[in-house]
Amino acid sequence: MDNEQGTSVLTSGEPTGPIENRWDNHRFATKLVNPANKRKYEIIVVGTGLAGASAAATLGELGYNVKAFSYHDSARRAHSIAAQGGINAAKNYPNDGDSIHRLFYDTIKGGDYRSRESNVYRLAQVSNEIIDQTTAQGVPFAREYGGLLDNRSFGGAQVSRTFYARGQTGQQLLLGAYQALARQISAGTVEFHNRSEMLEVVVKDGRAVGIVVRDLTTGEITSHSAHAVVLATGGYSNVFFLSTNAMACNATAIWRAHRKGAYFANPCYTQIHPTCIPVSDEFQSKLTLMSESLRNDGRIWVPLDPDDSRPPNDIPEDERDFYLERQYPAFGNLVPRDVASRAAMRMIDQNRGVGPLKNGVYLDFHSAIERLGKHTIEERYSNLFEMYERITDENPYEVPMRIYPAPHYTMGGLWVDYNLMTSVPGLYAIGEANFSDHGANRLGASALMQGLADGYFVLPYTIGQYLSDYLNTDPVPIEDEAFTDAEDVVRERNERFLSIGGTRSVDHFHRELGKVMIEHCGLARSREGLEKAITEIQTIRNEFWSDLKVLGTSDNLNQSLERAGRVADFLELAELMCRDALDREESCGGHFRVEHQTEDGEALRDDENFAFVSAWEWTGVGSPPVRHTEPLKFEYVALSQRSYK
Amino acid sequence: MTATKRSPVQTRSGWREWLGGFFTSSVGLKWIMAITGIGLLGYIAAHLFGNLKIFTGTDAAGNYYIDLYSEALWHLGGHLFPEGFLLTVLRVGLAAAFILHIWAAAVLTKRNRVARGSTRYRASRNWAASNYASRTMRFGGVIILLFLLYHLADLTFGWANPEFHHGDVFDNMIASLSRWPVAVLYMVANVALAFHIYHGTWSLFRSLGTANPRYDPFSRGFATVFAAAILVGNLSIPIAILAGWV
Amino acid sequence: MDLALKIWRQAGPDTPGEFATYIVREVSEEASFLEMLDQLNEDLNNQGEEPIAFDHDCREGICGMCGVMINGDPHGPQSGTATCQLHMRKFKNGDTITVEPWRASAFPVIKDLVVDRSPFDRIIEAGGFISINTGAAPDANIISVPKEAADSAMNAAACIGCGACVAACPNSAANLFTAAKMQHLNLLPQGQPERWTRAVAMVETMEEYFGSCTNHGECEAACPKNISIDFIAWMNRDYVKAQFKNVAKASQ
Repeated sequence: MDNEQGTSVLTSGEPTGPIENRWDNHRFATKLVNPANKRKYEIIVVGTGLAGASAAATLGELGYNVKAFSYHDSARRAHSIAAQGGINAAKNYPNDGDSIHRLFYDTIKGGDYRSRESNVYRLAQVSNEIIDQTTAQGVPFAREYGGLLDNRSFGGAQVSRTFYARGQTGQQLLLGAYQALARQISAGTVEFHNRSEMLEVVVKDGRAVGIVVRDLTTGEITSHSAHAVVLATGGYSNVFFLSTNAMACNATAIWRAHRKGAYFANPCYTQIHPTCIPVSDEFQSKLTLMSESLRNDGRIWVPLDPDDSRPPNDIPEDERDFYLERQYPAFGNLVPRDVASRAAMRMIDQNRGVGPLKNGVYLDFHSAIERLGKHTIEERYSNLFEMYERITDENPYEVPMRIYPAPHYTMGGLWVDYNLMTSVPGLYAIGEANFSDHGANRLGASALMQGLADGYFVLPYTIGQYLSDYLNTDPVPIEDEAFTDAEDVVRERNERFLSIGGTRSVDHFHRELGKVMIEHCGLARSREGLEKAITEIQTIRNEFWSDLKVLGTSDNLNQSLERAGRVADFLELAELMCRDALDREESCGGHFRVEHQTEDGEALRDDENFAFVSAWEWTGVGSPPVRHTEPLKFEYVALSQRSYK
Repeated sequence: MTATKRSPVQTRSGWREWLGGFFTSSVGLKWIMAITGIGLLGYIAAHLFGNLKIFTGTDAAGNYYIDLYSEALWHLGGHLFPEGFLLTVLRVGLAAAFILHIWAAAVLTKRNRVARGSTRYRASRNWAASNYASRTMRFGGVIILLFLLYHLADLTFGWANPEFHHGDVFDNMIASLSRWPVAVLYMVANVALAFHIYHGTWSLFRSLGTANPRYDPFSRGFATVFAAAILVGNLSIPIAILAGWV
Repeated sequence: MDLALKIWRQAGPDTPGEFATYIVREVSEEASFLEMLDQLNEDLNNQGEEPIAFDHDCREGICGMCGVMINGDPHGPQSGTATCQLHMRKFKNGDTITVEPWRASAFPVIKDLVVDRSPFDRIIEAGGFISINTGAAPDANIISVPKEAADSAMNAAACIGCGACVAACPNSAANLFTAAKMQHLNLLPQGQPERWTRAVAMVETMEEYFGSCTNHGECEAACPKNISIDFIAWMNRDYVKAQFKNVAKASQ
């Protein structure tokens, strides 16, 4: 295979020794920057969601000079805000047998044994500190009557370890990080640039030295230089067009970094979330998630008879198929997301879907309301129920909800070492933008945990290792050719979008791309489908560059122009996703190849040949990327067939 | 946008700087309006209580009780103070409350104009929660002020009442209010006053920060009853005089 | 359904704007208000007219990015609903819908329906936080918080910062936003050390940009999260009480 050329084996730089001591030992071994020297360093943080805002705030507290960039008007808008259910931590407050080791084990297993043990252990360790930190910040977590913190259970775990703030946990945690950031902005340690989109990473002599940014309101292109650049720009689920991501979520920052040499790891690991509101019409612009926490009290079912057209409440109990409880008695409705999504997909494929388009399954709260009373259910989920009613015009207290799997989260992202540095020295990726901790499938309530772990507790320590080598060196001046060339690239690209003068809108191409991706690179993938997808993506890409129509100018707010840049990057990333999916001849977590499944349709891993991370190197548009690998060692968790039965 | 700082719409300078935080902040000014409002509401209640003596007729000696009441005000404080002293103090306090109330309202109105700026909605608004009373506080306040000036000229100093005779409260009231245009003016002004105190009484609990979900229905109810009582009481006098009942 | 849309168009912050009328045809009842605008923008793009700029992002009613005046109502006619969660089934075939940006001196128009709400961030930067550095926190359960206080703080913290309160207020006051953000922290034990300095700093920063509260209650009615104006009263109380607290003064 031609992508074997130039391939190398990557090392994560993770420490060795007993896993409990690795993070401690590593921190001790890491070079420190003394407090008086910290102010001599400039650090750029791109993206101010959970990971970015917490990192920028913490770096500012430590004394670094931080510049933070967000394309939103305020750091409080990032899509972390939409996370509903909660955040995991190994506190074991409910006394149900939880521990750091169990959280570590559940996360490795939930990720279908495709993540790095040392990273995941570290994540489990700092999870407790995150709860302490955010509580002290004033995050109003749910409490018991005694005044102490309440926990609930979540998919993929048999203990209650999820802390939550009604159905708005992501919002509250993001606001905590945003407020910490605001405090640093007011203290002058962080300079915040809002409505500013990063469009290029600047690399000189193999190191990341800065970024090029477009002011979205004036169109001005500016360069910013620093000793290190941190990307905290989120995931790429919007490659599917219809996803639970916010409209502006995009891969541009990580893709531009990839094109400058950062390896892209496991792009095919995408998560399809089982509980979203089904699509209702063709103009739909996004899919709305209903928190996984609903599966705590809701029961999922479809009618036994595919031709049953009765309203759900008229179908007697014994003519309903509670298929998750039937197939996975141990975990029941709380199986991990990939398992639940595929099970729903199987039901819909068997023509047993419900609703007008037969594209959903029921999530029923009748028995929970009978058992706990309507009041308790209201207290737990009222905001979700209201949201559902607003969108569908159906009252879920009376009629079962209809849910459907939808693209939600991307486990893949820029490859990073144990220090969260990408393959480009000085360039870091944190939060959903990196690939690190979730393997091939993320468990519920773990995204918030990872974003904050990276931002508050990992990056601020590990970045010192790199920075200490550049003490008393100035950042590369922005007059340098590396910057002016990058600015020219950005300007030319924008002018090109405006000058194509074709006939179709950006959304048209995005929608077309999404259809191809969801069909061939969604819940189930096949060799034939992926090969077809690659050809189709190339066709759409060619049409995009010859038939795009973007009106207006580049010197003021131009939302079509912004989207054009993002979709152009998706059109390249999509191809890489398909190539990775094609390359990975196994099924694991969110990556399900129909050729590799057990007799009862479960994912069949190939640990012998695929227990590694694929990290792809850019070689140019249309040219096959080069695959590097990082072998995964499992010393503390025995590889086994995941079972939730 | 690269700028994190945009210049404030409102700036503190001059006297605002000199007076210091609380008395120049809008929340502080609202607090002043609430406190002076309480004083003014107390006065309005007491004033009505006194005026209702017009219905109580005369004593055995043929003196109108309302005239005696006016006389008593003059001797307020008994022999502790010189004649008219306490009344003057009360009048000065009342005038100060009026001035502070109006001053604070004027400052806030100006600030709100600045905050609204030239950026009014071009299409019509739908009001969802505010009511006629709350939206006409400023307009109503001006009406009340103008009426107050007339009222002082009419029944306190007598400049607007050709038949005014100091001390003969009963006769002065009859003389003034039996002219129907004057009586109508009084009635209209009192309706405006009732609207003003209906919103003001409710609003002052909030400006003082004593609002509480438990007492909210009470403060609404109290505002309604209070405003209604003042309205009925104040209207009864011109109506009774016009109708010849007193 | 077919609709006539009267939409505010304004090329930039310093150019005068005006209403333009457009017809959108065959809008689905299932579409959200913003999807209807997407559809109009698609039509405009095809006809060679620049699409309408409007802020939006999560489309789940939580990011607070969207928000326009719809027929004189901030976020439209449905109570407790952000613009993105408003669905077209609330309108009738043949309706004329007027769409305007939020209007206040503190929220200048950037383009079309997009306004600059950054003074909200200035208010938070003034004191809308608890000053603790990362890593310094004690175990979370050392701080015991009465459930009622936590619930009440959460009611305030639900604010999405959309600016509808300012847009709705006849005085362009931001008291509901400021009060919600302040009371979220002031109601919790963790927020007590800075309670009084926070109250003063946030109120006085707010007043640099916004008008004053006259207790109309329009903000509460417009709020997509139904945040109560009681928080404004409590903010007033804290601001007045702060005048009698000598802690800050004594430490200077």
